[in-house]
Amino acid sequence: MMAICFHGDPIMRYSAFSVFLNALRGNRTWQPAWRSPVPKTHYDVIIIGGGGHGLATAYYLAKEFGITNVAVLEKGYVGSGNVGRNTTIIRSNYLLEGNNPFYELSMKLWEGLEQDFNFNAMVSQRGVLNLYHSDAQRDAYTRRGNAMRLHGVDADLLDRNTVRQMLPFLDFDNARFPIQGALMQKRGGTVRHDAVAWGYARGADMRGVDIIQNCEVTGIRRENGRISGVETSQGFIGCGKLAMAAAGNSTTVADMVDMKLPIESHVLQAFVSEGLKPFIDNVVTFGAGHFYVSQSDKGGLVFGGDIDGYNSYAQRGNLATVEHVAEAGVAMIPALSRVRVLRSWGGIMDMSMDGSPIIDRTPIDNLYLNAGWCYGGFKATPASGFCYAHLIAKNEPHETGRAFRLDRFARGRMIDEKGVGAQPNLH
Amino acid sequence: MASLIACPHCGPRPKEEFTVRGDAGITRPEPDAGADAWHAYVYLRDNPRGRHREHWHHTSGCRRWLIVERDTVTHAIYSAVDAAATGETA
Amino acid sequence: MSSFRLPSGGRLDRSKPLDFTFDGKPMQGLAGDTVASALLANGRQLVGRSFKYHRPRGILTAGAAEPNALLTIGDGGRTEPNTRATVAELYQGLIAKSQNRWPSIDFDLGAVNSLLAPFLGAGFYYKTFMWPAAFWEKVYEPIIRKAAGLGRATYEADPDSYEKCWAHCDLLVIGSGPAGLAAALTAGRAGARVILADEGFEFGGSLLSETAPIATQTPAELLSRTLAELESLPNVRLLTRTTVFGWYDGNVFGGIERVQKHVGTIDANRPMERLWRFAAKKAILASGAEERPMVFGGNDIPGVMMSGAMRSYLNRQAVAPGRQTVIFTNGASGYRTAADLEARGLDVAAIVDSRADAPKTWDGKARVISGGVVMDAKGGKALSGVTIAQAGTLEVIKADALAMSGGWSPIIHLACHRGARPAWSDAKSAFLAPEIQDGLSIAGSAAGLETLEACLADGAEKARRLVTDLGFANADRAFAAVADRTEPVKPLWFVRGSKGKAFVDYQNDVHVRDLVSAVGEGYGHVELAKRYTTNGMATDQGKLSNMNAIGILAEARKVSPAAVGTTTFRPFYTPLSFGALTGASKGRHFQPVRKSPLHDWAKKNGAIFVETGLWYRSSWFPKAGETTWRESVDREVLNVRKNAGICDVSTLGKIEIFGRDAAEFLNRVYCNAFLKLPVGKARYGLMLREDGVIYDDGTTSRLSENHFFMTTTTAYAAGVMNHLEFCAQALWPGLDVQFASSTDQWAQIAVAGPKSRAILQTIVDEDISDAAFPFLGAREVSLFGGRLSARLFRISFSGELAYELAVPAGYGEAVADAIMDAGAEHGICPYGVEALGVMRIEKGHVTHSEINGTVIPSDLGFAKMVSVTKPDFIGKAMLSREGMLDPDRLSLVGVKPVDPKTTFKTGAHILTEGATPTLQNDQGYVSSSCYSPNLGSTIGLALVRRGPQRYGEQVTVWNDLKNEYTKAVLCSPVFFDPENGKLHG
Repeated sequence: MMAICFHGDPIMRYSAFSVFLNALRGNRTWQPAWRSPVPKTHYDVIIIGGGGHGLATAYYLAKEFGITNVAVLEKGYVGSGNVGRNTTIIRSNYLLEGNNPFYELSMKLWEGLEQDFNFNAMVSQRGVLNLYHSDAQRDAYTRRGNAMRLHGVDADLLDRNTVRQMLPFLDFDNARFPIQGALMQKRGGTVRHDAVAWGYARGADMRGVDIIQNCEVTGIRRENGRISGVETSQGFIGCGKLAMAAAGNSTTVADMVDMKLPIESHVLQAFVSEGLKPFIDNVVTFGAGHFYVSQSDKGGLVFGGDIDGYNSYAQRGNLATVEHVAEAGVAMIPALSRVRVLRSWGGIMDMSMDGSPIIDRTPIDNLYLNAGWCYGGFKATPASGFCYAHLIAKNEPHETGRAFRLDRFARGRMIDEKGVGAQPNLH
Repeated sequence: MASLIACPHCGPRPKEEFTVRGDAGITRPEPDAGADAWHAYVYLRDNPRGRHREHWHHTSGCRRWLIVERDTVTHAIYSAVDAAATGETA
Repeated sequence: MSSFRLPSGGRLDRSKPLDFTFDGKPMQGLAGDTVASALLANGRQLVGRSFKYHRPRGILTAGAAEPNALLTIGDGGRTEPNTRATVAELYQGLIAKSQNRWPSIDFDLGAVNSLLAPFLGAGFYYKTFMWPAAFWEKVYEPIIRKAAGLGRATYEADPDSYEKCWAHCDLLVIGSGPAGLAAALTAGRAGARVILADEGFEFGGSLLSETAPIATQTPAELLSRTLAELESLPNVRLLTRTTVFGWYDGNVFGGIERVQKHVGTIDANRPMERLWRFAAKKAILASGAEERPMVFGGNDIPGVMMSGAMRSYLNRQAVAPGRQTVIFTNGASGYRTAADLEARGLDVAAIVDSRADAPKTWDGKARVISGGVVMDAKGGKALSGVTIAQAGTLEVIKADALAMSGGWSPIIHLACHRGARPAWSDAKSAFLAPEIQDGLSIAGSAAGLETLEACLADGAEKARRLVTDLGFANADRAFAAVADRTEPVKPLWFVRGSKGKAFVDYQNDVHVRDLVSAVGEGYGHVELAKRYTTNGMATDQGKLSNMNAIGILAEARKVSPAAVGTTTFRPFYTPLSFGALTGASKGRHFQPVRKSPLHDWAKKNGAIFVETGLWYRSSWFPKAGETTWRESVDREVLNVRKNAGICDVSTLGKIEIFGRDAAEFLNRVYCNAFLKLPVGKARYGLMLREDGVIYDDGTTSRLSENHFFMTTTTAYAAGVMNHLEFCAQALWPGLDVQFASSTDQWAQIAVAGPKSRAILQTIVDEDISDAAFPFLGAREVSLFGGRLSARLFRISFSGELAYELAVPAGYGEAVADAIMDAGAEHGICPYGVEALGVMRIEKGHVTHSEINGTVIPSDLGFAKMVSVTKPDFIGKAMLSREGMLDPDRLSLVGVKPVDPKTTFKTGAHILTEGATPTLQNDQGYVSSSCYSPNLGSTIGLALVRRGPQRYGEQVTVWNDLKNEYTKAVLCSPVFFDPENGKLHG
């Protein structure tokens, strides 16, 4: 049996063979996917936040940079933040120079991720279509698609008939805003979100990273202008470097070192329908309202819309937003009318002032910031972890994440895909 | 977010009649206040967990800008007053 | 027994037989049946197949929590998959089909999965299917997708309509069982405005299916008496078939009323469903309690049913569960079911009570097996018997029905939608919601009470307290206080030693071992266990399964259920249709339509319209013989430049600005100067955001000292109005300035072209010669010899001698007609926004294609418009940032093909000639383009790095999406009449 050994116990590799073998033993011999360690008194690196980005950062710190004396502190359970409550879409169809290569790096990492961390996260490149309904939208997608092609990212501009052949159930004949075509990224798709957290957690744990759940950071200790460690619900833990990855709560953590951020917390709702036999194969986004949908491998339609629009730390949204999302859904796919919505939930988004994230050093020498993902953080998980690990390890931004600077607002170098300016609820 | 906002001019009205702009705790600096002050005004936010003063516009009502004090955790609304009533401090 | 319907009893109308089909087989039920009761009455036990193992499944419950009996009901555009047979009412002609089986419900090949079960344990799919990588999308996933899912949705559009409404009340009572009825009656008698909503088709809740008398009345008598009084109270609104699905902030509850789900012939004038938003001052949650299944081997075999559900079918629909029933219980429910069965002459083989110390009050015929358990149920597609264990001995009993009761879980779903966490009660062995929060009180069995009498008293008392809080003095309880029975509860989370699979989450096929494995693999947190095993993620959202799963996790983790806690309760309490949430906003009514006052004028002149935001704008006006839009647009452009044209520009935003400080105000919101704009003049204004980026542009005219008239772009009209109000009210409340949007009040007509003056002069009374009314003139004029007042502006977007005439909206069409008549001899033609677009590109005028939220004035050649003398204006401070001064910024240029026969499109990127196409080499992009009939070539505006310094440079216009690579040259953005000779003509 294949096994690798990092911290004493042999860890069973996951494979069809291991599933078979364990089945013969009544599935009683699987080991914990990750340990539940008691925190050490000091780590080289502490990462605040055991969500997708924090766990990915720990994984790449260990795997790419050999830094394994690392703790990930999670106030809830592994993956209890936005990695476990999003609409699971991955894509790299970005327009601007600061974003496009970063999200494409993420896409490339997604493409090899499961084999890399030995966990089936069901990366499904089923294609993402963004519908357009006007000449102006078509022109904007032409610009974006060409920007993607300039970076070697796949993009296709589909006309109405092509879209109609692919997705005949969209409203082509009775629509308020007739569909004219779509920008498609075939390599875009979906990933089983929870499995991303679990795969990174297991991969990091196997390499020696301590993942400490139910460990809330309550304070940050500074000595001589540097971070010396964190106060937590499990006591003080010292560190050489402290890395924030607490999107949704970034400003709460930053407040502990009196740092103001260009970020507001907003609630975004997401939804799942009852399980259906295959209904929609791709990811489709509406261009005349806020609605995006895909179908999970379990059969539920997973969909969402716009943020509710007001600052919130409550993981719940408003009924009016629910109605708007449903209206846009039925406008796009009339047959949804009799499909039933099962559940709605809310996640707290780090809405930044230009709609783009921040991966950067901070004015405090050994404190690092990963924040501001708005509602695009899930697809960014691998590249975010990768670039953040690079920044932490080398104290130097990774080439691909170089534009995501904290001082870009002061310098007038915003990365504003939507062009709506410094009002977070518009991004 | 509360489903109703008590507009000081129109009484309790559905939230959907209003448009939220954001933090009302920031004050537009003097023209010559300097780059840091302007950067802070345009880009930096307290983003508190709890009480938060915000600008809301009664767009489909009296069209007045209000300062609504609201809790970002419980979503309770404490008060809503006309923005102009607070003087030139927004 | 061919029929399981008892010859008498039940709340049925035996004079109204209803025909329906199940999987094509004709069956008959009665008015008062649900689909489930009708199927049971027809002897149909096997009605569903489970998600993963395709196990044969029967009807388990009689309500909203049903995990098994999910059917596809209806056909065509009315097909509804996953409909719970237990809540769907029977109607004449109903078509029901089973799901997730092939080829048939009785013989389902998918059941082979059961044999593979050892390999399909919790989370197996996370551990395999990874090699080779490309196989996921091509091989594994399609197989998994095909197997997954339940019912099949239709692609046909829904033929029915939906509506939404608001309702306000003092007290919303959710649930009409004993607690809800008592609450509604108490509050109603006190004079409060009450809404009583129940998800069922009859009020009464458990009163409908219980038989034990309450004092001197039967539950049915109590129910009809109470309802009669409630119906007599004008301040009480009664809603059946209305599920309250969510509790939202500010005490707004969402409800869905199923208006016509239960009728065979749909009335097209009524909605199918109605969405209610209940704005309640106070609310009482009287949603009852959910009975918990027993977890033992084979607990999913058709014939196994919840004890309370069995009572419900027996007493409401007079359906016998079988010939011989075994009861497996740990509380009073099992005995009540046994008593009701025996009362109807049905045979109860045994009452197996897992409690060794159960109260010995049973006086029926059936044998009681105390301290025993049902170890395994036997049978395949139908129950044939049970193995009972007691004190180490096993006994097999024949049975074709089994009623189980593992205790009760209060239904606290709604009470936890706003963040409250339920707390474990050892006394009740259940999670209870916080008793009162923000005006929501929980009453009856939802609060953990057991007897009908106690629930009545509790509902009455809680309503009394709430309405007293609201100021209804002297509210009296409709029912007197009484103590609840407190029988010891000893939960049995699962039966140890079962041979068969013991299901916890029926629909998702999660069994005990899956949960134990999850704990072993590190997924023991209740949320992780849910996500890893899918327990609680089925269409019932764990209504039946969550509590047992928590108990099993607790035992596996060796902690109390309190330490495990619950997963988060989230909307929706039960699934609700997209249609109900959508209401009338669908199809062409998805968004409202805005039409210009000149819409009909344009229509009668043959306009082709295009959606522009909510507006329909006239795009071009084809003439007979023209076969392409380009032909029409080229003709319109050439004619305007040669003769004259008339264009509807009414959709532009229009704002009247008044006040002593109006000029000062405009001076602050525009980056260019407005303070000294003379009366009678218009000026182009550039409005920035506070970050220095251009927000919008337009012309603003001074009509009198303290009255300005602003125009905005069509798209930003509402945004600019909000912005101006913000600046005036929140930033500078000391300024005397007021606004009124007049977009819809004016029809605004552009008349452009060399002959425009001559044409207009025929209807304008005043002298509009160049001397009397020069470029940028703006004034009120009279038309038709004083018959109409209007506003005339000498402004031009086309670059021609041009005017915009604003007349009151109602006169728009008549005035446009008059202009057309006057212009006939001058060759006037109507032109649309396409021709306007061509002419503005020829002149290098920008629109929101260029003003795209990232450009600053200097990017568009407007650097000189930015006032350096004004002390302050919106956006001033931020313009001096380093990035704003970067000479490398994308800036406006013109671009035209080297070979006029070649073309390019908007959205193409600009590359230095010969450069490798990479992002690093990207020089910019074409923001607008068109064919210019005046230049005989495609022309474009582009935003290019250091653009204005690069006139004459040859570049490649790169449109890889269309395989179009055009050699082009950068040039001035003004292609036509750069000296503006025509404009000033």
